[in-house]
Amino acid sequence: MSNLRMIWRKGLNGLMLTLTGVAALAVVSVLFAVLGYLIWNGGKSLDLAFFTQLPKGEGETGGGVANAIVGSLKLLSLAAVIGLPIGLLAGVYLAEFGGKTFSFVTRYTTDLLNGAPSIVIGLFAYSVAVIPVRHFSALAGGLALAVMVIPITVRSTEEFLRAIPNSLREGAMALGASKWKTIATVVIPAASGGIITGMLLALARVAGETAPLLFTALNNQYWSPGLSQPIASLPVVIYNYASGPYDDWHRQAWAAGLVLLSLVLLANIGCRLVINRRGVRSV
Amino acid sequence: MASAAQGRDGTSASLAPKARTTESSMAVAPQKEARLRFQISDLDFFYGAKQAVYKLNLSIPTNKVTALIGPSGCGKSTFLRNLNRMNETIRNSRYTGQILLDGQDIKRMDVVNLRRRVGMVFQRPNPFAKSIFENVAYGLRINGYKGRLSDLVEHSLRRAALWEEVKDHLHKSAFALSGGQQQRLCIARALAVDPEVLLLDEPCSALDPVTTAKIEELMFHLKDSCTMVIVTHNMQQAARASDYTAFMLDGHLIEHNETSKLFTTPADQKTEAYITGRFG
Repeated sequence: MSNLRMIWRKGLNGLMLTLTGVAALAVVSVLFAVLGYLIWNGGKSLDLAFFTQLPKGEGETGGGVANAIVGSLKLLSLAAVIGLPIGLLAGVYLAEFGGKTFSFVTRYTTDLLNGAPSIVIGLFAYSVAVIPVRHFSALAGGLALAVMVIPITVRSTEEFLRAIPNSLREGAMALGASKWKTIATVVIPAASGGIITGMLLALARVAGETAPLLFTALNNQYWSPGLSQPIASLPVVIYNYASGPYDDWHRQAWAAGLVLLSLVLLANIGCRLVINRRGVRSV
Repeated sequence: MASAAQGRDGTSASLAPKARTTESSMAVAPQKEARLRFQISDLDFFYGAKQAVYKLNLSIPTNKVTALIGPSGCGKSTFLRNLNRMNETIRNSRYTGQILLDGQDIKRMDVVNLRRRVGMVFQRPNPFAKSIFENVAYGLRINGYKGRLSDLVEHSLRRAALWEEVKDHLHKSAFALSGGQQQRLCIARALAVDPEVLLLDEPCSALDPVTTAKIEELMFHLKDSCTMVIVTHNMQQAARASDYTAFMLDGHLIEHNETSKLFTTPADQKTEAYITGRFG
């Protein structure tokens, strides 16, 4: 009897270990499969022209996506300028000031916003920044990305601020620092490594978003001066090229995908290194 | 809870003559001639509905060291944190009664000004994530000090007996210092704004005996310019480093007297039981 139960238990244990292990392996292998695919298909298309030239006309081979690389950087800068300050300040509010009810509502709403489908956020930016001015623009795309950057920044900022021991706040306040001065001169500097990391991760996260850009920033075959014109971006270029009819487009779509994923991975790895070096608790 | 004075009258027949000049009530100065920095009367303190300090009356004489002893959770740290209104940072905490600093009700004072005058050193060293120099300069900067910072930083580090050890790397991170050095840095940081009172909340509990001795010596030298109130678990420390000792138990002040008397001829049985190690 007891022997039988022992065998049953061991068998069940083994089964669950296998199932969970296989699932974990699947998670890891997806990333490596994607990366391998991109390198295999896109690696050979990476040349100087890819990074420095504008796209060639339809059907022609060669050319590059320089405008999309610059466009993505421009859109991300916009998202950073609009989204990061709001995210930072709201995170500070939640960690340092918040009362009960309003904080709860804010936190809950932030999580909902974080989970909102990106196409919906694109629609939102379309309705507030495209329809009123009647044209697509880099500004509208940046706004859409900013809306996605905000909730991530809020929650990571809050987490890192909470990780700062209260004794530091007390130390500053015991010297006569006001609450705001304590936060600005002691708490935020002590958490700065983590906060900046969270911001970079937020930007890395939205760098690959396509849906919010489709009908806000649209796309552009050429350079896009200023902020008020449609602008190319890596994700949208991938989308257009991959679904287009030409082999050379497919080749470039793979290459653009490789560049985008490498950038995001580098940002992630860099952030982890910063976190580990600073000894800040990771989110 | 017996009054300390009454209790001692019964047991102090063999005391030195000096004893008779001491106080007759806990609410007034232990020594008639000593000026009083703090006068606390009828202090009740609450964390929400939970009362942590009961009807506490205590006077803290100027330029002396007053030690607060008592078992964990007796309210001594809570009481200490009332003196610079640090408890205000805890939600739902409140106190009734009166705390006078140089005759002025601290409730009516500007809290920034109060905390500049009443500095605090915490149980665990809590240097900021800044350089040694910036840690000491912090209080000066936020108080809008316009003079030469480096002179005052050096002066404060000297007062905290840390200058010789750090003068060659003032711009290194404060985290590079040892625990004892960090605690002296925190004392220097508190001293930089030249407070009249220094509150020390178990400042040596995280330190080894050698470092502890350094801090006690430092306290001795600071007495000329600073009134100190120290919370300690260590009765030897209270006996060595303080002029007056107050014994607290379950939120009540049981006894307050000159340290030499409290430890040799405690008036209250509970004090005697505590200092002889029968509980706590």
